[in-house]
This record gives sequence, C-alpha cells and structure tokens, in this order.
Amino acid sequence: MLTVKNLTVAYDDTPVFSDVAVNFNAGKITGIIGPNGAGKSTLIKAILNFIKVRKGNVDYNGQSIKSVQKQIAYVEQRKDLDLNFPIDVFDLVMTGTYGKLGLFKNPGKLEKQASHDALEQVSLNEFSKRQIGNLSGGQLQRVFVARAIVQEAEIIILDEPFVGIDLQSETAIMNILKQWRDENKTIIVIHHDLNKVTKYFDDLVILNHGIVDFGPANEVYNSKNIESAFSADLSSVLFQEKEGVQ
Amino acid sequence: MTSIIEFFNALGKYDFLQSALLTAIMVGIMSGIIGSFIILRGMSLMGDAISHAVLPGVAVAYMLGINILIGASLFGVLAALLIGFVASRSKIKTDTSIGVVFSAFYALGFILISMAESSTNLHHILFGNILAVSDSDIMTTAVVLGIVILFVVTFYKELLVTSFDEVYAKTYGLNVQVIHYALMLVLTLVTVSALQTVGIILVVAMLITPAATAFLWTDKLGTMLILSAVMGVVSSMTGLYFSYTFNWASGPAIVLVAALLFALSFIFSPKQNFFKLKRSVSR
Repeated sequence: MLTVKNLTVAYDDTPVFSDVAVNFNAGKITGIIGPNGAGKSTLIKAILNFIKVRKGNVDYNGQSIKSVQKQIAYVEQRKDLDLNFPIDVFDLVMTGTYGKLGLFKNPGKLEKQASHDALEQVSLNEFSKRQIGNLSGGQLQRVFVARAIVQEAEIIILDEPFVGIDLQSETAIMNILKQWRDENKTIIVIHHDLNKVTKYFDDLVILNHGIVDFGPANEVYNSKNIESAFSADLSSVLFQEKEGVQ
Repeated sequence: MTSIIEFFNALGKYDFLQSALLTAIMVGIMSGIIGSFIILRGMSLMGDAISHAVLPGVAVAYMLGINILIGASLFGVLAALLIGFVASRSKIKTDTSIGVVFSAFYALGFILISMAESSTNLHHILFGNILAVSDSDIMTTAVVLGIVILFVVTFYKELLVTSFDEVYAKTYGLNVQVIHYALMLVLTLVTVSALQTVGIILVVAMLITPAATAFLWTDKLGTMLILSAVMGVVSSMTGLYFSYTFNWASGPAIVLVAALLFALSFIFSPKQNFFKLKRSVSR
C-alpha cells in the first residue's frame, strides 16, 4: 500500500494543498479526479519525489518512497517531449530497462526480448523500427505504456493517459492496467473524463486543494462529492443524466 | 584541379600541414559527436556560451604557463555552474542567464588576454590558426578525443535518455545534473581543441552545423553521431585545403564548408523533404 501522510505542498507561500492523507491500494486501479489546478499533478510530483514537500511523507509498505524509487514507473503527459528526436519505437521502449540496468551496463538479449514482448502486448510490434514522430497520439501513448511494462515496477502512475487518443488505444491501455491489477500492482491514474470514472477505476480519489473524498469508486462518485469538488451545475448534469438513462 | 594535387604534394612535404590535417580530423570527430548531444538537448546557445566562456581560462593558462586545458575547463565548468545557479535561484530564464554570464566571462577574457599579450596572439585564439599547431597541441587534442569517445561510449544510454526524456530519467533515480555537468566539462575540452582549428568565435559552428546536417539524414542516434563526426571531418579537411591554397583563415573556411554541406542536406535530404514541402505549400 502506498500511503500519503499529512502531506503539505506549497509553491512560494500559497499551499496547493495541506494535510493530505490518502492510501493507494495494491491490486486496484485508482483514479484521481478534480478540477484544473486542484493539485492532481502536484500530488503525483510529490509521490515521485520531484518537488520538496513542506510537511508529511509518502511511504510504500512502510518503506520511504525514496528507497523504492526504482519500483515506480511514470507515464507522463506526452506534450513536453521532442517527437523529432532520433529514436525509434523499439529503442524508446528499451529505455525502460535502464533503471534496473544501472550505470555501465548495456541492454542485452534479456532486455531486448522484454522490449519486444512489451510491444507485442500493446500490439505495436510492426511499428518497432518507426521513428516516434510518425505515430498517432494513441500509438505513442501505447509505446510509453510498453516502456512502463519493461520497467517491471510495482507502482505505476499515469498522468492523463487517455487524453487525445483513439478508442482502440484507450482499450489497449485499459487492458494493460487490468493486467497490472491482476499482478497486484498499485496503479494510479490522473483522469479528466468524469463519464468513465466508475467503469475504469476500482478506487477513486477526489481532489480539490485537499482530499474531498476517497474510497471505492462506486461509493465516492456521487453528486455530493462532485458538487463540492467541481460545481453544483456539473454535478446535476452528470447525475441527472445517469438517472435518466436508468 | 592542379591546386588539389599541389595540396597533396605539400601534404607529403610539410610537417606543419600533416599536423594540421591530423588536428582537423580529430577536432571534426569530437565536435561532431558532442555537438549532436548539444543540439538534441536544445542547448545550442549553451554550447556557444561555454565556448566563449573559456577565454579567460585560456588567458590565465598562458599567464601561469599551465596547460591550456586545465585553465579552460576550470572557467568553462565555472560558467556552466554559474548559468545553472542564476537560472535556478531566480525567476530569470535560462537563455537570459546564459547571456549575462558568458558575455561577462568573454569580456574578462579579453582583458586578461591583453594583459598577457606578449605571449599570445589574440587573433589566433579568436579565429583559429590550424597551420601553426605544435606537437604538444596534437597530443592534447588526441587525449581530448580519447576522453570524448570514452565518455560517450560509457554513458551512451544515460546521454540518450537524459537528452530525450529527462523527466523519465529522474523517475528511475538517475542523477541528471551530474550527466549535464559532465557533458559541460567534456564540451569545454572539445572547445579548447576546436579553438585551434576554428577559433573561439566559430567553435559553436563546429558543434552545431555538422550535427544539424547529420540530423537531417537519420532517425537513429547512433547513426547521427557517426554521420555528424564524418561531416565534421569532411568540413575540417576541405576547409584546411581552402585555407592552405587561398591563404584564407582556417576557421571561416572550415565553417563555410560545413554550412554548405548543411545547405545541400537541407535541400536534398529525404527526411527534410524540401521539394515536397514546397509543392504542398504552393497547392
């Protein structure tokens, strides 16, 4: 279990959130939702040890998160990457083995086989020699998921993995997440599309400058929580629609 | 044609020309390799800055009679650290920080050089004088080439991953700062070597132009490194020929050849697709 205890993060003097306490369970896919600027990415960055926290800590099964850093795979948002970089799909996936290899060791047969297998799992083997700029958004996202596969991490964090991708890729990625869940890994997904929340996630963390609620998705995804995290308007639209369908 | 034959005859006769050719080849290789990483990391301005910032180090080395590599790398790394320090400890953007720091170093270098004037020739430092390299210069250049190749072979995967996706490298615990400053240190060493062939002002061209040309032809980093080194060598050798034959300054001659290779690649490389792009725009 990944445990966040009394976490306070602040840029300059304004805290993004204070005293956040939340658990992420192994064998569950946990979604994090909340309005823009609610602190979703900040929470992730704190877990990844990218930013200094003012107070509190994060641990994994009782160990400090820093000591298990190699057990975390992070699928970041793609927008900041140089898609013209001279690297093909296969070599990108293979960078996933670098962490475990450490310095002075180069990928060998084992690592190449793992990369090959991972690409097969996301059905992209035929693209392995393609330069990464020549892929669709969905294909590229699957490549990054394949990299996370070869990392063989226990904790996988994905930042808005379904933004701007095709349905086929979304399904393929979801299947990988479920596979990870079956392997008892801890999966954390920042998500923006409220419609699929209960379909995709076992657990849900609702964030708005602090925890609004967290727990099993079908319990905490209710009109009251959505109203307090987002707005009454949104809440009434979402939940009236739901009742209408039923 | 006769001048090319003359050039080769002279090459057989004169030691200084052989030394120049050897230096040109070695500098072409090292600047092509390191330059590839510089452009892929979006650090062209940083490359320019570091190459200028070594000037005070060169002056100090002359004054104290120590190896020029030591003086230059000291100031090169100091400038890199200072640029990083100013950018990270203030709201000033990195390119501004680079501008402030390197111009200050460069200015300091001018003053120090003028103080040490008797023993150095500013013109040669600024524009290069490949026809006057000494045996000890060649030794130094060979050592730097060895360091560059060893560095890139040993840390190839770290250089690749930090150039492409620094955030990911951080998540698995790689110390990306160490890689950055190690690259800056190697860059200063390359600068000092390239200074003999093209001079401080044009070092940046040797780092960027062959690498940019290679980038236009390939989608593989390994191939790009080799191709960039080849471009560097071809530019250096051809430039040396022009320099010898027409008595041009070696630096500008080499850099113009490199630029010409870039221009040809820009037009003809399939990756660049210049003709197709033009057609689709006009449609």
